[in-house]
Amino acid sequence: MGDYVRQLPGHSADLARPTGTAQRLHLDLPLLGLLLTLTTFGLVVLYSASGQDMGAVIRQGRFFLVGFMVMIVAAQISLQRFQRWGPWFYLGGIGLLVAVDVAGVGAKGAQRWLSLGGFRFQPSELMKLVVPMTVAWYLADRTLPPRFKYIMACLAIIALPAALILIQPDLGTALLIAASGLFVVFMAGLGWRYIVSAVVLACASAWPVWMYGLKDYQKQRILTLLSPESDKLGAGWNIIQSKTAIGSGGWDGKGWMKGTQSQLDFLPESHTDFIIAVLAEEWGLRGVIMLAGLYLLLLLRGFWIGLHARSTYGRLMAGSLTLTFFVYIFVNMGMVAGLLPVVGVPLPLVSAGGTSVVSLLAGFGLLMAVSTEQRMVAR
Amino acid sequence: MPQHIALKDPHREARIYSARTVTAIFIVLGLMAVILARYYALQITEYETYRTQSERNRVQLQPLPPKRGLIYDRNGVLLADNRPSHLLSVVVERSPDLEHTLDELRKLVPISESDLENFYDKKARRRPYEPVPLRFRLTEAERAILAVNRHRLPGVTVDAQLLRHYPHGALFSHAVGYVGRINEREAFELDASDYRGTFHVGKVGVEKFYEDTLHGDVGYQNVETNAHGRVLRVLERYDPTPGADLTLHLDIALQRTAHEALGEQRGAVVAMDPKSGGVLALVSTPGFDTNLFVNGISSADYGALRDSPDVPLFNRAVQGQYPPGSTIKPLMALAGLESGLVTPEYTVPDPGWYRLPGDSRRYRDWILKIRGTGHAPRVDLEMAVEESCDVYFYDLARRLTIDGMYEYLHPFGLGERTGIDTTNERRGVLPSTRWKRDNMNQAWYPGETLSAGIGQGYMLATPVQLAVAVTALASEGRHFSPRLVKSVDGEAVPAPELAPVAATADHWQVVQAAMREVVHGKRGSARRIAKGIEYEMAGKTGTAQVIGIAQGEIYREEEVAERHRNHGLFIAFAPYEDPTIAVAVIVENGGGSSAAYPIARRVIDTWLLGEEIAAVAATGEAG
Repeated sequence: MGDYVRQLPGHSADLARPTGTAQRLHLDLPLLGLLLTLTTFGLVVLYSASGQDMGAVIRQGRFFLVGFMVMIVAAQISLQRFQRWGPWFYLGGIGLLVAVDVAGVGAKGAQRWLSLGGFRFQPSELMKLVVPMTVAWYLADRTLPPRFKYIMACLAIIALPAALILIQPDLGTALLIAASGLFVVFMAGLGWRYIVSAVVLACASAWPVWMYGLKDYQKQRILTLLSPESDKLGAGWNIIQSKTAIGSGGWDGKGWMKGTQSQLDFLPESHTDFIIAVLAEEWGLRGVIMLAGLYLLLLLRGFWIGLHARSTYGRLMAGSLTLTFFVYIFVNMGMVAGLLPVVGVPLPLVSAGGTSVVSLLAGFGLLMAVSTEQRMVAR
Repeated sequence: MPQHIALKDPHREARIYSARTVTAIFIVLGLMAVILARYYALQITEYETYRTQSERNRVQLQPLPPKRGLIYDRNGVLLADNRPSHLLSVVVERSPDLEHTLDELRKLVPISESDLENFYDKKARRRPYEPVPLRFRLTEAERAILAVNRHRLPGVTVDAQLLRHYPHGALFSHAVGYVGRINEREAFELDASDYRGTFHVGKVGVEKFYEDTLHGDVGYQNVETNAHGRVLRVLERYDPTPGADLTLHLDIALQRTAHEALGEQRGAVVAMDPKSGGVLALVSTPGFDTNLFVNGISSADYGALRDSPDVPLFNRAVQGQYPPGSTIKPLMALAGLESGLVTPEYTVPDPGWYRLPGDSRRYRDWILKIRGTGHAPRVDLEMAVEESCDVYFYDLARRLTIDGMYEYLHPFGLGERTGIDTTNERRGVLPSTRWKRDNMNQAWYPGETLSAGIGQGYMLATPVQLAVAVTALASEGRHFSPRLVKSVDGEAVPAPELAPVAATADHWQVVQAAMREVVHGKRGSARRIAKGIEYEMAGKTGTAQVIGIAQGEIYREEEVAERHRNHGLFIAFAPYEDPTIAVAVIVENGGGSSAAYPIARRVIDTWLLGEEIAAVAATGEAG
C-alpha cells in the first residue's frame, strides 16, 4: 500500500513544499531535532561522568559544533555527487590506510593514527562512511537483487580496507567497517541462501580462527567476557565495575552527579566507552530507556528516509547508515553490560571523543542529502 | 518480465528494499529488546545485589605481590635475597589536597626528584584507592617522624615490603645483574595484573633473563574498609605464588679469585665446565654495587658510573668484543689439519716475517723485535702453537683463504651469539668475503687474510665466545650454549648442546698436545705459570693490538699511553687428561698475555685444589 502511494507523482510534493529555512538548508527537521536532543543529553551525562569537568564538556561541545557543520555541508551536496565521489574517496582511503600501516603513530600497541602536521587523524574512521558509499556506488547501477559475481565484487571492496585495519591491529573497527559494507549488500536484497550459508561457514570457521587468527589480547577479552571473575586485577575489573554501576542504579537511579561508582573513580573510562554505565547508575533504568527511545526514533527516521528515497543509491546509503548506527549502539550498550566483548566502540554521540562524532554526523549529513533528493525529485 | 531480467526493475527493487527494511526494523527491535532485558536484569532483578556491592565498594581488591625467587651460587651461598623494608605511599583519593600533602612530606623526609617523577607516573596508571609508592627504604627515624605527623598527612601510608638485596655488592654485578624500579616502557610491556603491587623488575643479567621465573604469580585479597580506608576484615584471599629460586653454576670462591686476580685492571674472566656448559665464573671489572640500582640510583651516582672512563656498567664478559689475537691459533691449527693443508710434520721457513707473493710488504712476526730473527729456520705445528709463531699461521691463512677460515672457525661459535642466559650479549665478528661485502661493501684484500690468521684485523670475539671455543678444544668438539643457571627450584636446567665441531680424534690430540706445550714446554709462551703447578694445563696466549702499527715501526710497550697498550689474553683448560674447567681471560691494555695467564692459573688453582668455601661464604655475607 505504502509502496503504491509512494509511486504516485505529486504525492511527496505535498509533503515537500519548501516550508522555510530548514528546507532551504536541505535539513531534515525530525532528524535534526533528535540529534540535538541526543547531543544535549550526552553533554549533560558527560558533565557528571567527567567529574564535573566543564572543560571536557566544552571540548566535546566544540566537537559537536564541528560535527554539525560537517553535517550541514554534507547535506548540501547532491547525492549524485556523493555517488560519483565514492570510489575516489575509497582509493584515497586505502592509500591512507597503507600509510598508517607503514608510517602510523602507535597507541597502546596499535597503529591507527596518521599524524598530519601535528593533527592526528584516524583513516579507519573515514572508511566507516566510505566503504558503504563505494559498495552502494557499485550496486546502484546493477540489477538487484545482486547476482553472485556482483556479491563477490562487493566482498572484495569490503575486505581490502577491513584487512588493512585488521593488521593495525584493530579487530573491532575492522568488523564494524565490514558490517557497514555488508549492510548495503543486505539492503540491496542479498539472497537469504547466501546469508544462511555465510552464517554456517562463519560458525564452522570459528574454531580455526580462535586457534590461529586471534591475538592473545583479543582472546583475553573474549575469555574475560565469559568469565570476568578470572582476572580480577586486570581485564575483568572494567566489566565488574560497570555491571555494579549499572545494577546499583535501579529504576530511579542515584541522581545526576551522585553515582558513587562513577564519582569515586571506580569506573574506568567513565567518560568515553563506559559512559552508559554512568547514565545507568545516575538516571536508572528510566534513563536507559529514555536514551534507547531516542536512539530508536533516530533509527526509525533513518529507515523512513530510506523507504522514501528516490534513487537506488540513496536507498542503499540510508539503509546501511542507519543499520551501522544501530550496530554502534548495540555493541557499546552490550559490552558495558557484559553481554559482548570489550572492543572499544564509543556510545554514538554521547561518549567523549572527536573523530567518531564528526564521522557520525557526516553520515547523518549524507542521510539528509538522501531526504533532500526525495523532495527535490518530487518537486 | 522474465525477458527483461537484465534490466533494472525499479518497482521490484523498491519492493525488495521495503521488505528488507521491515526485516531490519524487526532485527533492530529484537536486539534492542535483548539489550534492554539485560539492563532490566541488572537494574531491577539483581538490583539488591549490585546496590550492596556498590555500597560496599569500599570493598577493595588489594594485590598481594609475590616474593621474588632467591638466587644462590652452586654451593648454596645467597647471591640475591629479599629484605624487609618500609615504603611510603599515598592513597590519592584520600588526600584532598595532594600537592599540600606532598609539600608537607618533603619537609619531613627527603624525597628526590626521581621519586616524585616515579610517583606521578605511577599515579596516572593507578587503580582507585590503590596506594601509590613515593619513597622506598625508609629509615627507622623517618618512620618515627611520619608516625608522629600522621594526623596531618591524610592518605599517607607506610607499609612493610620486601626489597631485593645483593649481599656481595660488586662481586656479582655482571653475573647476576640487578632489579630496579619499573619504568614507563616496562610498565607497558609487563602484564599489568601480574605486576600490581610489584614495583621492581629485573633490569639486566640473570635477574632480567629469568624475570618470569623469579617473579612468581600475584595474589589478591578482598578487604572491607571503613570510610577512612582502614581495613575492617579480609573477605577472601588468594595467596601469591612466590617466584622460583635459582641456583647458579657460579662458584663464589672462583668468582672471588677471578675478581681479586683482575684487581684494579679492566678485564673479564669467564670460566666454564666443559662437561656441562655451566658458567663457573663470570667476572667483568670494574664492577659496581648493584644495590644502588634497586631503589632508583641517584643521578650523581649514576652519572659517575656512566661517565667513568672504565665503563663499569659495561659487561665485558658478554658485551666486550676484542680481537682474539693468537688465542685462535689452536683453532687455526685444527683447521689446517682438517683441511689437509698441514700435517704435524709439515714445516714453514721462518725468517721472522712473511711476504705475500707479488707484494713487497713484510708481515712481521712478533718475535722479530725481540730476537731480530724468526722462531727457528723451519717451524712445525707444535712449535707454532707453543711459541705462537705468526709466520706459520700467515702461511696457513693464505692457503686456507678467508672463507676457508670461516668454514672451520664458525663451528666453534665465533661470530655468533653463544646464547648464554644473560642480557646484552654481542656476537663478535668472524670475517669472510661475504661479511665484508655486506657490512663494508668492499672487496676482501689478501693482506687482510693474514691479519685474520692471527686473530687481528676485523676479527672480534667476546670473552664468553672464547670460553665456549675452549670447551670445544677441551672436549674434542663437544660444546654448549653457556648456562649461568644450574637449576630452578631444585630442578636441573641442562645447557643446550651446540652442534659439535667435527674433527678426527688424532687432530684434536695434536692440537691439545701443542696447547699443553704452551704451558709446560721449554719454550712455551706461558711457561712462567708452570712453576709449582700440581696438574697439567693446556692453554694459548694472545695479544691483541689496540692501535695500528705502521709499516717499519716497532711497537714499544713502555712508550705508549696506558690506553693504547695491547690487550692481554689467555685461554686454558685443565686438567689436561680430563678437563673440568675451561677459562678465557682478557686484561684490557695489559700489555700482553703475561697480564692474563697468571689470572687463569689462580682461577684454575682455586677450582682444582680447592679453598675453604665455607670461609669465603662467611666473609661474603659480611661484605
